Amino acid sequence: MSAETRLPTQPVAYLSTGAAMWKRFRRNRLALMGLVIVTLLACAAVFAPHLAPADPAKQALQDKRMPPGAKYRLGADEFGRDIVSRLIYGSRVALQVGVVSVLIALALGVALGTVAGYAGGAVDEVLMRSLDVLLAFPYLLLAIAIVSALGPGLQNTILAVGVWATPGFARVIRGSVLSIKEQEYVQAARAIGAGTARIVLRHVLPNCISIVIVYSALYMASAILLEAALSFLGLGVQPPTPSWGLMVSTGRDFITIAPHIATLPGLAIAVTVLGFNLLGDGLRDALDPKMQL
Amino acid sequence: MTRFLLRRILAMIPVLLGVILLIMVTINLIPGDPAALMLGEGATPEMVAKLRASLNLDQPLPVRYVRYVGNLLRGDLGRSIREGRRVNDEIGDVWPATAQLGLSALSIAVVAGVVLGITSARWQYSLFDNLVRIASLFGLSMPIFWTGIVLIVVFSLWLGWFPAGGRGSWLHMVLPAVTLALPTIAMLARITRSTMLDVLREDYIRTARAKGVTTRSVLTRHALRNALIPVVTVMGLQTGQLLGGAVLTETVFSWPGIGRMLVRAIFARDYVLLQGGVLVLAATFVVINLLVDLSYAYLDPRITYR
Repeated sequence: MSAETRLPTQPVAYLSTGAAMWKRFRRNRLALMGLVIVTLLACAAVFAPHLAPADPAKQALQDKRMPPGAKYRLGADEFGRDIVSRLIYGSRVALQVGVVSVLIALALGVALGTVAGYAGGAVDEVLMRSLDVLLAFPYLLLAIAIVSALGPGLQNTILAVGVWATPGFARVIRGSVLSIKEQEYVQAARAIGAGTARIVLRHVLPNCISIVIVYSALYMASAILLEAALSFLGLGVQPPTPSWGLMVSTGRDFITIAPHIATLPGLAIAVTVLGFNLLGDGLRDALDPKMQL
Repeated sequence: MTRFLLRRILAMIPVLLGVILLIMVTINLIPGDPAALMLGEGATPEMVAKLRASLNLDQPLPVRYVRYVGNLLRGDLGRSIREGRRVNDEIGDVWPATAQLGLSALSIAVVAGVVLGITSARWQYSLFDNLVRIASLFGLSMPIFWTGIVLIVVFSLWLGWFPAGGRGSWLHMVLPAVTLALPTIAMLARITRSTMLDVLREDYIRTARAKGVTTRSVLTRHALRNALIPVVTVMGLQTGQLLGGAVLTETVFSWPGIGRMLVRAIFARDYVLLQGGVLVLAATFVVINLLVDLSYAYLDPRITYR
């Protein structure tokens, strides 16, 4: 941050307009790179049938484990399926799990966080201690416990990832609700007789939006990693759905003879997650440089 | 201090009770009868009933919960369904392997992460700094099961330096420990760098420099200690990452630890074993976070506990 932007004389409106945010975001090269990666990914997912050179499920056993070359740009997998096409279709699985699970976590997290933060007292205590229980599970284990109970599959994976992400959202929302509810405009609204529902919906929640956006982008990255991990363990998305994590898992049996089968999908995961991480970091810096996450 | 410690230990109890409850409720969601599922197709109703009774499945959930907690207080995690061994023994067999892996990974991560972070902050905006920043962003984004496979391909298949899996000499340890450590190295490098940069702008650093303290001494004695608190906090949080990541790393490297045992238990539908394993890992995580909280007082004498 330059010394100039720190001057207290800076008009407040300058810091909050969309144009100013975009200007700050645009200046951040890494953030732009994140935006490009995420945009490309979204295009791959939306236009998969047009982009993919082959049917991702079509097997050609005579071509199995064929290395990258003219016929298959990135090679063929253990059943002779085109890896490029499977990677492109895999972006659908990754994005679907990411978006839906983050929406689940967002809905639950906003509800729990707002109630806890706004109500305070015993309600807050009970809700937060319950969330502590979820947070006591080391990374991955809560999701593993959920999918092992519900059974593997796309829907259960989404649910498990969503539940796993909920306490994080709830905590962040609660934190910002706690600080917003002490603001003067909230007191003013209360003074003129606004009801709790109106205060929360019109005054408190709209002011949580920037932190929610940043958090969602960063959680997309974690959600995609988690789905990949679950699918890698065989607990997530099941064959023949082209999930990147699953592709790494099945390709692992052939790393001595055909390392491209396992390594390429992993690269797709890494680049995608990197994209969301960069985007999230960039949004944080553009929306609110002081935000601590 | 003693009172604080006591209160923190007491506060762990409801969390752990909640963890047990959550695991049991979750496992209770398994559609169908776990006993019938475990015995498979050819089981007679008598066999299923017998197994149900021996697993206490004919009791309602609250009763089972109280019994489980009661047994736990006597240090008994039950018997595994498949092999009938005591879960304590099963976990006792695999626990040292996971502890060895986790501690090695943590040591590698702390040393590498902090050194990279300090060096990066010392020469801010240098080529090295930029490389560290980009590499750590990438390190946080790589799925560790994939990192492990790439390391196996390069260092085991191509170069032949390290074995691709199993547990034995220290050579077996290198690849899994590095794999598990990478995301934590990245995280610690990032956080060390940014807190060091904040601390280096403080007045007392300028004072130290002004009175002629060498750069090395300023960095290690004045700045580092003050930068360590966020680093320790992140380390505590990363332990969760390490314990969970161990499941993946152990699977990739056929490392005979608790993570592989858990995966085996899931596929065998051995929920007693699963329950015990998850509980032990969660309890470890909770205890480590307590230790992290306690270490703040050592690092920053201004912090007092009430």
